[in-house]
Amino acid sequence: MSAVFAVERLKKSFGGLDVTRDVSLSMARGDRLALIGPNGAGKTTFVNLVTGHLQASSGRVLMDGEDISRFSPMRRVRAGLVRSFQVTRLFPEMTPGEHVALAILQREGKSGRMAGNFHAMPQVMREMNGILDTLSLGALASVPVGAIAYGQQRLLEIALAMALRPKVLLLDEPAAGVPHSDTFLIENALAQLPDDLAVLMIEHDMDLVFRFAKRVVVLAAGAVIFDGSPRDVTKDARVREAYLGSYAHAGSAA
Amino acid sequence: MSATGISTSAAPAVRTGRPWQRDLIGVAVILLASIGGYVLFPDNLALLTRIIAIMFLVLSLDLVTGYCGVATLGHAALFGAGAYAAGIAAVTFGITEPLSMIAIGAIAGAAAGLVSGVVILRGHGLAQLVLSIAVIHLFHEAANKASAYTGGSDGLSGIAPDPLLGLFAFDLWGRTAYIFGIVLLIAAFVLLRILVRSPFGMLCRGIRQDPVRVSAMGASVKASLIRMYVISGVVAGIGGALNAVSTQVVGLDSLSFTNSAEALVMLVLGGAGSLFGALAGTVVFMWFEHVVSAANPFHWLTIVGALLIAVVLFAPKGLYGTAADLARRFARSNP
Ligand SMILES: Nc1ncnc2c1ncn2[C@@H]1O[C@H](COP(=O)(O)OP(=O)(O)OP(=O)(O)O)[C@@H](O)[C@H]1O
Ligand SMILES: [Mg+2]
Repeated sequence: MSAVFAVERLKKSFGGLDVTRDVSLSMARGDRLALIGPNGAGKTTFVNLVTGHLQASSGRVLMDGEDISRFSPMRRVRAGLVRSFQVTRLFPEMTPGEHVALAILQREGKSGRMAGNFHAMPQVMREMNGILDTLSLGALASVPVGAIAYGQQRLLEIALAMALRPKVLLLDEPAAGVPHSDTFLIENALAQLPDDLAVLMIEHDMDLVFRFAKRVVVLAAGAVIFDGSPRDVTKDARVREAYLGSYAHAGSAA
Repeated sequence: MSATGISTSAAPAVRTGRPWQRDLIGVAVILLASIGGYVLFPDNLALLTRIIAIMFLVLSLDLVTGYCGVATLGHAALFGAGAYAAGIAAVTFGITEPLSMIAIGAIAGAAAGLVSGVVILRGHGLAQLVLSIAVIHLFHEAANKASAYTGGSDGLSGIAPDPLLGLFAFDLWGRTAYIFGIVLLIAAFVLLRILVRSPFGMLCRGIRQDPVRVSAMGASVKASLIRMYVISGVVAGIGGALNAVSTQVVGLDSLSFTNSAEALVMLVLGGAGSLFGALAGTVVFMWFEHVVSAANPFHWLTIVGALLIAVVLFAPKGLYGTAADLARRFARSNP
């Protein structure tokens, strides 16, 4: 089977509320998939379940055919499954350079070293500068993250994901909180992701979805109600119903 | 230094140069202060040596609290373990060679660090704090019960270390102990500076700021914290052993809640998350305690309380952190 990533019949409920109902999904190398759905549909919960940040009630998650459902979040990352966060999670007192260097060191199994410093490691520095320059963050390499703009922090989230060299990348609303005039920066960053990487992006901005995705999955009330091409999604009656028509006109933008 | 051989752009090369300079300045400041202490207070060398021993405890606490963000009121367990291990080695097993006693203290501290780390890290927030208090009480009680080895509440006395390196006897004025302490402190300081700058040090700072992000990078938060706890135990254990060697007694107070809480106060006073802060806080607190308790034995705690409130309210980054901020602002406005 060619699926690099597969989710089988994933379920989760909080108390009596079913937030993930029997969700199945698979992705192949190089996929560009958008996961959309109304607020509260369970999109972030899906990412939390898949990455092990939440415990699923039942169902399986597979990477390259291997069942990783019992893995800790840490081991899932090492298996190549990396996520970004809807609300930026970074180290406010550390610089973008330190963030990316730490991710590179971690990927290479060197983050436990108790002597030396990444500034004195030429390959780490070269890769770090490369990633930061790709995302136009080079000039901010040594400014504490707490002091840089939110849009740039969002770019740094993507930079961290790149530095970990995942096989599957789950992006939870990478453009959320970024001024509309700056979303092109995020789009440029997404365009720099390796071609063979499977990317799932959660996004509300349909323009962005249509430009990015070759496939769209719609989640409503915890269940997958559509899985198909971006062209068909706005024509689908159930999708229109789920959104109560709010995005029904978006087809014209595609 | 090897840092000059890097072929990357100029900006990072400049940044590598600076920490080493600060290490050297740090060592120079410790040396100057030590010489100053020796010359100015020749009759107080015992107190100064005790300050050095407590510095190890506060540095050790800084590693887990300041760098990793673990809240603990039980850190004296690591210090006391080192003190008792060195003392018992000397009294019961006849190991009176001072460097061996320090090494035994370091190992016992590491073991105590492992045990308390495993227990304390099971909780988060308040639960963590409560577990740490439980740990220190259990250690205290264990030392109290094992009176055959520890002397119980009478304390462990009769520790008679050999001359240092076979040459320098531990004299009545505490000169040898003081100089021994300074040498150990400088060595520990340099090694810890290397540690906090290392990839592992950076990982630990990340854990303090956002453990979820760290696990999303594929690193193990728990394993890293336990490792830091063991390192922290080595540092505190050396401090405890130094105290045993220099005072030649070990009391239950070394394993007390009060000792733990005071160490935390010293750290907050100086500025958590900085080795300089840990050192400064210890000196200021203990010197203040010495001076004020001599002048006014009844109200010294009140005065310490007032000082603490003032620091927390007006200098939340501690004395060193605030001074460093001011210096940076001054340097920026006068380029
Ligand atoms: N820890 C939790 N405990 C209880 N309920 C939760 C928890 N996390 C999420 N929920 C609920 O689960 C549902 C799905 O939330 P989720 O955050 O996954 O939605 P989402 O699709 O990501 O929404 P948005 O588009 O607003 O980000 C919501 O009704 C939410 O209130
Ligand atoms: Mg969400």
